[in-house]
Amino acid sequence: MRFEHPATFNPIDQLKVVGHPTSRIEGPLKTTGTAPYAYERHDVVPNQAYGYIVGAAIGKGRINAIDLAAAKDAPGVLAIVTADNAGKLGKGERNAAPLLGGPEIAHYHQAVALVVAETFEQARAAAQLLRIDYSKADGKFDLAAGVDGAIAPKPSFGGPADTAVGTFASAFAAAPVQLDARYTTPDQGHAMMEPHASIAAWDGDKLTVWTSNQMIAWGAGDLAQTLGIPKDKVRLISPYIGGGFGGKLFLRADVLLAALGARAAKRPVKVALQRPLMFNNTTHRPATIQRIRIGADRDGTITAIGHESWSGNVKDGEAETAVSQTRLLYAGANRMTAMRLAALDLPEGNAMRAPGEASGMMALEIAIDELAEKLGMDPVALRIKNDTQVDPEHPERRFSQRQFVQCLNEGAARFGWSQRNPKPGQVRDGRWLVGMGVAAAFRNNLVTKSGARVRLDQQGVVTVETDMTDIGTGSYTIIAQTAAEMMGVPLEKVVVRLGDSDFPVSCGSGGQWGGNNSTAGVYAACVKLREAIAQKLGFNSDEAEFADGLVRAGNRSVPLAQAAGQDGLVAEDAIEYGDLAKTWQQSTFGAHFVEVGVDADTAEIRVRRMLAVCAAGRILNPKAARSQVIGAMTMGVGAALMEDLVVDKRHGLFINHDLASYEVPVHADIPHQDMVFLDETDPVSSPMKAKGVAELGICGVAAAVANAVHNATGIRVRDYPITLDKLIGQLPEVG
Amino acid sequence: MRAFSYTRAQSPAEAASAAAHTDNAKFIAGGTNLLDLMKLEIETPAHLIDVNGLALDRIEETPDGGLRIGALVRNTDLAANERVRRDYAVLSRALLAGASGQLRNKATTAGNLLQRTRCPYFYDTNLPCNKRKPGSGCAAIGGASRQHAVVGVSEACIATHPSDMAVAMRALDATVETVRPDGAARTIPIAELHRLPGDSPEIETTLQPGELITAVTLPKPVGGTQAYRKVRDRASYAFALVSVAAIVQPDGTGRVALGGVAHKPWRVEAAEAELPRGAKAVTARLFADAKPTQDNAFKLPLAERTLAAVLREARG
Repeated sequence: MRFEHPATFNPIDQLKVVGHPTSRIEGPLKTTGTAPYAYERHDVVPNQAYGYIVGAAIGKGRINAIDLAAAKDAPGVLAIVTADNAGKLGKGERNAAPLLGGPEIAHYHQAVALVVAETFEQARAAAQLLRIDYSKADGKFDLAAGVDGAIAPKPSFGGPADTAVGTFASAFAAAPVQLDARYTTPDQGHAMMEPHASIAAWDGDKLTVWTSNQMIAWGAGDLAQTLGIPKDKVRLISPYIGGGFGGKLFLRADVLLAALGARAAKRPVKVALQRPLMFNNTTHRPATIQRIRIGADRDGTITAIGHESWSGNVKDGEAETAVSQTRLLYAGANRMTAMRLAALDLPEGNAMRAPGEASGMMALEIAIDELAEKLGMDPVALRIKNDTQVDPEHPERRFSQRQFVQCLNEGAARFGWSQRNPKPGQVRDGRWLVGMGVAAAFRNNLVTKSGARVRLDQQGVVTVETDMTDIGTGSYTIIAQTAAEMMGVPLEKVVVRLGDSDFPVSCGSGGQWGGNNSTAGVYAACVKLREAIAQKLGFNSDEAEFADGLVRAGNRSVPLAQAAGQDGLVAEDAIEYGDLAKTWQQSTFGAHFVEVGVDADTAEIRVRRMLAVCAAGRILNPKAARSQVIGAMTMGVGAALMEDLVVDKRHGLFINHDLASYEVPVHADIPHQDMVFLDETDPVSSPMKAKGVAELGICGVAAAVANAVHNATGIRVRDYPITLDKLIGQLPEVG
Repeated sequence: MRAFSYTRAQSPAEAASAAAHTDNAKFIAGGTNLLDLMKLEIETPAHLIDVNGLALDRIEETPDGGLRIGALVRNTDLAANERVRRDYAVLSRALLAGASGQLRNKATTAGNLLQRTRCPYFYDTNLPCNKRKPGSGCAAIGGASRQHAVVGVSEACIATHPSDMAVAMRALDATVETVRPDGAARTIPIAELHRLPGDSPEIETTLQPGELITAVTLPKPVGGTQAYRKVRDRASYAFALVSVAAIVQPDGTGRVALGGVAHKPWRVEAAEAELPRGAKAVTARLFADAKPTQDNAFKLPLAERTLAAVLREARG
């Protein structure tokens, strides 16, 4: 189905099933521990052996020799895979550093061997017996030092390296109120609960991998390309995923090494990345250095806005697109943005929840708060003052929906923003210095092709199959709701099967595009199925109504199941998009409000309450969507206050590579969260009129926390995370 | 993890003797720290002596009105003990500030005292660490050292002792009871249990090979207002940046021990004489020989301010 014109009324608008806060249909499996995750698939193939990955012990250099003798002789060892014996390997389209290193080492903990043994314990013990002789080389591990040699990255997903409108330099110089500040964001890890894990089994030249991956078609394609085998010989199965956040968008070492290990051991092999390897072996959100300059008139009108960002990556890696939101969020006649990429030898940087946007908003939304302070203006009012209903770089493109101002106003009213004392450091509650902060939430809505297959059987059961994944987001549920709505059956009559490369290719889970696109694909397939049913039952498909398990038109009504016949009826289609995304700017908006307490003695920062108001198209399932947003808000608190992959610039690694030392928020850090969706449907986005929410929720949170810390203390921290050591020297003396 | 043999001890003396006479043997109780370290091959015992079956899991009153805490008393049980809550509140609070509920259910009193540092360089077997591999160097010096010690450090090691419980025990002047391989019992004041790193950071306590902790004894209650304040980046489930155990008497005298600043719970009795003059005077003495790194210099003002807060609250 081509989607080329804004949607008009369609069966989804009935909202009998869609739009309801349905609990997750797979929830009972998860709460009872019976949803099978990749590493637990003992049932799928017999005789599984265990693989254990060895990560490189140096940040850069080469392997001179690997002595396998002791490991080979260790109890239970079946095979050892290294670059020496793995055969010729290609590289996936979406991988920068090779997944199996040697002799060249691209980064710390790059996989250099897989030891396969009868048991996990034997594989782990034998892995320690490899004797690897390295030559260490000097590497570049310091982003700040790489700024000077940084280059303009080639245009990518995040747009061109540079944009300019008007005359930024002179307008900024002439502005009566100016802000020029530098911000930094650290490297961050996805730190999802379930590690990357795979079981690989060969049947002749056919390979099946049970894994944990957000993007089945990307993974299958890149696995085939890396192994040098046809894509149709590879099957990936990933029905349940214990968190991804972008860390499982791509083919990673667990999949490749399980496949190579299974080939070498001539039996199925399962591999999970051990936790201490995850932070350096896989991808991460790259650190940024950002400079923001804003010039404004005294009434708050922005006349010049400039945003520059520097990030680093390994060879073939991309830049963190931290300036992309500044291109769209605020009005201003004179503008410039620029991204530069430094060559680093740290592990590969890549997408993490709202890649680019989250990092950019962390800086931009402090800058706006700083400008408001300089203007003596309320930061909510300043944002409203500079709202735009068009893409400021391309004014002919309107936003399809932009309820940013409504989000700010609604949030301010609900949060009690009027109670905020604009003068910092004035509010005290016992030992706590209390402050409030606000920031914009802003993330674009991306549309991309997505397919599905729908089958009707004699019992009237509708089965949906698509390679879409559910990474804890609620995909199963919203897809079931979509099919139920379209086919006029109750939710219980819908079966959803996901995450299998034998199913039609979907959008997958990433970029907050999964919800809208995958359901639109199911919509398209259901439209086809409705036509087939109508035709079979002798209805005019334009007039046929699908409701209560019946097909109706005029006085005639036939049970849906009757159309199925012995073999059932099957329809397959995909949603494909025309130019609407070019003619309109599709985005999601919100406002984050945060109240923090800063301990007046110790400078410990604790969030007291949070509110997000979001406008993100039709909310397909308010319960699942709310969970997405409050989860993202939690992650935003982590980004604000604690998450930091600490670079050891001598050894070239992230040194805090476990969950004890890479801190993410715990329950006690998140006392109270609230979130509200504004009513919105966006007919430009898809027949579902929905947009994404999962990444909107994290964009801006950290800045709202930072701004609240400033309001509480008067201290402006521009280097994340905001930890007490950055405040303690500036707090007033205590008695 | 290396393969190891395993036996269950029948008595403390037998356990100590077996440990002394078996190559590369270690005791295991809760295992919450040891097993993690074995998986990473930071600890590689050839033999484990399980002491969980020994009857060392009771809390008893001593003749002088103190408490004798068996080595195997779990952290959860110790924190919840009525006498501990009433008379040794600093200990109960310190215990509850540590780890998580699940870990405290397993972790034992003796094991808590003997847990090893959380220095990230200790945990990464590819990098130098004098504690893990004597003579290999200290990667934390000149590296990421925000969590590390600021006082009592050496050229060989700047690791901290991670325990909260031990800090409270130090403030309470606890005594550690042990049995040695020859069956003889001895007592060690807790001040003398943990060592500073010096040239041999791999030797962390004054226990002799095979020596088994059987109990920790608390003297009779000292009264006063007791507080344990743990400062950390997140609200729970994190090691202390700085912690303060304090016992403050109505006359302004008292005791102070700090966690998160040294290779052992940090208490300087002479500094306590300064208590009536306030936190600045006390911490000036506590940190007289401090050698912070650039990353962790904030711990000095942080400790002072935290102590000031504790004293202010204690004095009402």
